[in-house]
Amino acid sequence: MPKTVTTASFNADVLQSSKPVLVDFWAAWCGPCRAIAPILEEISAEYGDKLEIAKVNVDDEGELAAQYGITSIPALYVFQNGQVVKQMIGARPKPAMLEELAAYIA
Amino acid sequence: MRDVIIIGSGPAGFTAGIYTGRAGLNPLLIASSVEPGGELMKTTEVENFPGFPEGAMGPDLMANFQAQAEKFGTEVLYDDVTEVDLTGDVKIVKTGGGETFEAKTVILATGAAYRELGLPREKELSGYGVSWCATCDGFFFREKVIAVVGGGDSAMEEANFLTRFATKVYLIHRRDSFKASKIMADRALNNPKIEVIWNTEVTELLGEPKLTGINLRNTVNGETSNLEVEGLFIAVGNDPRVELFEHQVEITSERFIKVEGRSSKTTLPGVFAAGDVIDPTYRQAITAAASGCVAALDAEHYIEGLGSH
Repeated sequence: MPKTVTTASFNADVLQSSKPVLVDFWAAWCGPCRAIAPILEEISAEYGDKLEIAKVNVDDEGELAAQYGITSIPALYVFQNGQVVKQMIGARPKPAMLEELAAYIA
Repeated sequence: MRDVIIIGSGPAGFTAGIYTGRAGLNPLLIASSVEPGGELMKTTEVENFPGFPEGAMGPDLMANFQAQAEKFGTEVLYDDVTEVDLTGDVKIVKTGGGETFEAKTVILATGAAYRELGLPREKELSGYGVSWCATCDGFFFREKVIAVVGGGDSAMEEANFLTRFATKVYLIHRRDSFKASKIMADRALNNPKIEVIWNTEVTELLGEPKLTGINLRNTVNGETSNLEVEGLFIAVGNDPRVELFEHQVEITSERFIKVEGRSSKTTLPGVFAAGDVIDPTYRQAITAAASGCVAALDAEHYIEGLGSH
């Protein structure tokens, strides 16, 4: 299951993670965010051993969103060894998402 | 084989679902995997849909459309159509999820996709200051100066909505009057946070890695200028989604699916089209819904005709 991450837990859960982490910056009022939520749950279930999925609610964690320059959601950032290595902005179908994530779930 | 497959999940698609569902045709409605609900999902308050005197939120309205369609047996699939073969008696529809469906009739209600300005770096800056969805992204422009491009109802709505967050919203339009309805235009013109820049087009997007400004050109005297904005919301219209059907049904010179007269009949038997994908003129939720009803009745009639052969 995707894990909810806060400003307080971001360092431990994302930046220090031994596995790559896909961070989903989302909000309840964002229709496309709701649309991709089930897709992220599926990816978490299918590829959770290779890629962690974390969710950051931008309403609750505005500073974290600002720190990463989020101006559009859903914003899906892949972190590896504490660095942003991949950015996807906007909802997309599962096959397209898997294709973009290929390097991290192979 | 199914009786009806409906492609699209806006007011046209779901209304076709309600009607064909009530006719006992058990329609399959393919809603798209990430953008179900169509254009109204991006709007906030819908004030002009009859039957809702207090107005309704766009996403709530679409949830109601869907609930009503499902009540009568419409099966909703969250997947994307990737390929169709509509030319034979048996229509074939394939999805990104790898499924293949067959049906006697197909109703095309794919709507329209937002239009880009066609500027270099537009894609690259999309999500980094350039946006097509005020309700999705406005939140991030609290206390910022931003601009909206366009002159129709959606540009007015976006500009007004964005004043909830932004300190100032420039509304840039290439002509000297708005195409928007009077009530929407007046709201924008009377909003103290909105400043209209007439007769002007955006020529360049500036900033790295995020948008910091735009270059403008006056369409009357050719004068150029620069505007510092952190956000640019583009609302310059929509293009009907016809690519999937292009070499099968006839497409008009304006790129809409061609239908016969006031019906929903395309140039292929058993293939009907409804909503924004056939409508160069009105493009309202209520006209799309009506058009979905027409397509459902046409499909129903066509299926009855098959039985009598």
